[in-house]
Amino acid sequence: MADTGVIAEDDFVDESRRKLLLAATAATGAMGAAFAAAPFLASWMPSERAQALGAPAELDLAKLEPGQMTVTVWRKQPIYVVHRTPEMVASLGNHRALLKDPDSKDSEQPPYAANGMRSRTAAYLVLIGTCTHLGCLPKARFEPRDPEIGPYWPGGWLCPCHGSRFDLAGRVFEGSPASVNLRVPPYAFAGPHKLVIGVDAA
Amino acid sequence: MLFDSSMARRFAAAAAAGGLAVFLASSVLAQGTGAQAPAGSTPGAKPEAFGADWESWRAGNSVADLASLQRGARDFLNYCNGCHSLQYMRYSRIGQDLQIPPELLQKYLVPTSKKATDYIGTPMPGEDAVRWFGKQPPDLSLMARERGTDYIYRFLTTFYVDPSRSTGANNLQLPATAMPDVLSELEGLKRAVFRTETKDGTQEQVFDHFEMVAEGSLTREQYDGFVRDIVNFLDYVGEPAQAHRRALGVWVVLFLLVFTWLAWLLKKEYWKDVH
Amino acid sequence: MVIEMHPPGAPAVKTGRLRAWFYKRFPIEEFISDQLTGYYAPKNFNFWYYFGVLSLVVLALQLFTGIFLTMFYKVGEATSFNSVEFIMREIDYGWLIRYLHSTGASAFFVVVYLHMFRALLYGSYKTPRELLWIIGMFVYLALMAEAFLGYVLPWGNMSYWAAQVIVNVFGTIPGIGPGLVEWIRGDYGIADATLNRFFALHVVAVPLGLLLLVMLHLIALRRTGSSNPDGIEIKDHLGPDGHPIDGIPFHPYYTVKDTVGIGVFLVMFAIVVFFVPTFGGYFLEPANFEPANPLSTPPEITPSWYLTPYYAILRGIPNQRLGALLLLLAIVAYFFLPWLDCSPVKSMRYKGWLSKTFLTLFVISFFGLMYAGLHPPDPVYVLVGRVCTALYFAYFVLMPWYTRMERVKPVPDRLRFHAHAV
Repeated sequence: MADTGVIAEDDFVDESRRKLLLAATAATGAMGAAFAAAPFLASWMPSERAQALGAPAELDLAKLEPGQMTVTVWRKQPIYVVHRTPEMVASLGNHRALLKDPDSKDSEQPPYAANGMRSRTAAYLVLIGTCTHLGCLPKARFEPRDPEIGPYWPGGWLCPCHGSRFDLAGRVFEGSPASVNLRVPPYAFAGPHKLVIGVDAA
Repeated sequence: MLFDSSMARRFAAAAAAGGLAVFLASSVLAQGTGAQAPAGSTPGAKPEAFGADWESWRAGNSVADLASLQRGARDFLNYCNGCHSLQYMRYSRIGQDLQIPPELLQKYLVPTSKKATDYIGTPMPGEDAVRWFGKQPPDLSLMARERGTDYIYRFLTTFYVDPSRSTGANNLQLPATAMPDVLSELEGLKRAVFRTETKDGTQEQVFDHFEMVAEGSLTREQYDGFVRDIVNFLDYVGEPAQAHRRALGVWVVLFLLVFTWLAWLLKKEYWKDVH
Repeated sequence: MVIEMHPPGAPAVKTGRLRAWFYKRFPIEEFISDQLTGYYAPKNFNFWYYFGVLSLVVLALQLFTGIFLTMFYKVGEATSFNSVEFIMREIDYGWLIRYLHSTGASAFFVVVYLHMFRALLYGSYKTPRELLWIIGMFVYLALMAEAFLGYVLPWGNMSYWAAQVIVNVFGTIPGIGPGLVEWIRGDYGIADATLNRFFALHVVAVPLGLLLLVMLHLIALRRTGSSNPDGIEIKDHLGPDGHPIDGIPFHPYYTVKDTVGIGVFLVMFAIVVFFVPTFGGYFLEPANFEPANPLSTPPEITPSWYLTPYYAILRGIPNQRLGALLLLLAIVAYFFLPWLDCSPVKSMRYKGWLSKTFLTLFVISFFGLMYAGLHPPDPVYVLVGRVCTALYFAYFVLMPWYTRMERVKPVPDRLRFHAHAV
């Protein structure tokens, strides 16, 4: 019997088999660790309660006068809904040169809002009221040629935090810290005055 | 046949009133004033005795039986939800797990005043319930985990006529239950026959068997199936994730067996060194 | 960082540039060579030697799953119970995290009891490992406290009443008892205050204490080295290289062997978690699926299975104060084992038939107490409890006598070892 409990020099050690088995076991173990991690990571996803509360929000637009804006909440975000007047809509075409992303190529909106008005219909504009710079709520400044902003001002929003400016389609002006237009959420009309935010079809 | 939710509520309210009517009818029958013999038996013949073995009755349900769960969901919401809430369950979750399409869910199971994502409450007003029944009908979300499915099955199948009680009914599984025999329209009415036994010198009444005294709209087998579906549904409600748990478990155990086998080969290889 | 498997004796690791930077600033190389490749353990470890590392595995599991549960659990009389159901139903895989934690709690005791039994079997508590054993006993106490505290948190009806009963045991302490109970509770009955402080203790204080104690336990082990089934000190026979000739480096031999042990354990653990998580009502009691109700006692109040042996001892004595005292003695007795055992040999393999008999009776009495404690105090169970209490204490009280009296077998010089077929 050998004096040591472990291999003596003349014992054959199949190194390649050991490497193979080690690799196989380690790989399986790593796979197992990844599978085991999955449920824990998944547990951080919004719970069923969050999803229920994040269900589509409905809004009745019958009382919203032309030129008025209302704010509602969907998925914990402020949603701006504006009933645009024909003049507001007409002003949208006059200042393309002043906009960073006039065709909304870099901005986030559903396909039906990837147009000059950034909305399904001319009359109603639906935006996520979160400045695309760092997340403050932009303030409504619908008066054209607002003296605090400038003679070019067609009406829109001014963000109080760092001065980003957006027009009446939510498009961002040059010189703003924000780089893309205000986001448009998915929305649809369930009737002429019934807005449903959070779905593409109602 | 699916009842819609408003009809169900009306029916459930009628069941309580029906219980009273049944009590009146049963007291007449119990006096033996020429009551009609239960259908299927010859006039004058002794009614069939059953239920002596009630303590060994088992629910025997399978939460893998989706059709049974769907029937159970429908029947629970139609017959039980009038008094009992399922405060931890959302309608939408039932729809997902039981594969009920959202339109059917909304149309037949979700009350008109509620959204599919709401928790399942009950229209039974709390304080009134205490006045009428002595206690609030308990929430049933966890009843299957608390008392077990066999208990619920036996509870729903051992109601009997008891004129001495204000509800007109009593129950073998839960004696002096505050719950009236709301399912008697379906099950029919049965009475409990007791026999006298002497134990340690005292005489006591021991349950012997049931006898039907009035037929319900369902046969015995149909009512039994009805109860089993509801019990199955309550089993599911107690732990909605259980089907997923078992399915996932198979893969986890298989994977671990493979891993252990590989680790064992590795161990054997290294332990060749050790003498 | 991959630990390369070289035949022992070869240089521990190859050094790349990044590794060299690290090693200059952190003693990892020494750690590996001191604690892993350079730590020689007896080569004859058997089945009973898996449970130390399995305890570590379960500890890690409980810490990890416990942290995740704390992310979703909402402590409070009004919210605790609901938040547990919320975890079970509305958090993705919340049910899995919960079952891992509840099964882990019971698994912890299975593993720890088997680990302690190994010590009784092979005399691992004898010199020079007395302190190792005592630290281990403190780990056991901390574990029982942790389990009790954790059981109250779901705020089910059994949680409430178990808390009521166990906190009341402290009321039996002469003089300070009643005041102590009110101080522990923070209220006139088990209440929101109690729940909140139990939460803080269970999530932060006791886990930190457990981690510290486990570290101390491992440090003490490192000093004395492991014992083995033959009870022989392997350091008594050193080879020419200065290492015990009956020892093998912990890494790779025991790292690889323990991996198999962990795999087998995980298979059994997974079967319970995924197929029988309530384990017939022993791991998750039916009464606990009902919210806490101060006005309604469950038909049978029992602690969880791992505490029922002591509960049976407590209940067997008709006098509340004496019962509590006996319960205390039942646990304190373990601390004195190193000095109660006066046998000249360590391992049961070489002890006489008296020791073997008393150990067997002790094991039977432990299970008997567990069985009795799980049932209501009907005469049969009380009798079983009392008989087993006597056997349980006999093991300790008579030990100085029977370990000295009996004839022991001669202990061999070198370890008994057969090359592993498996």
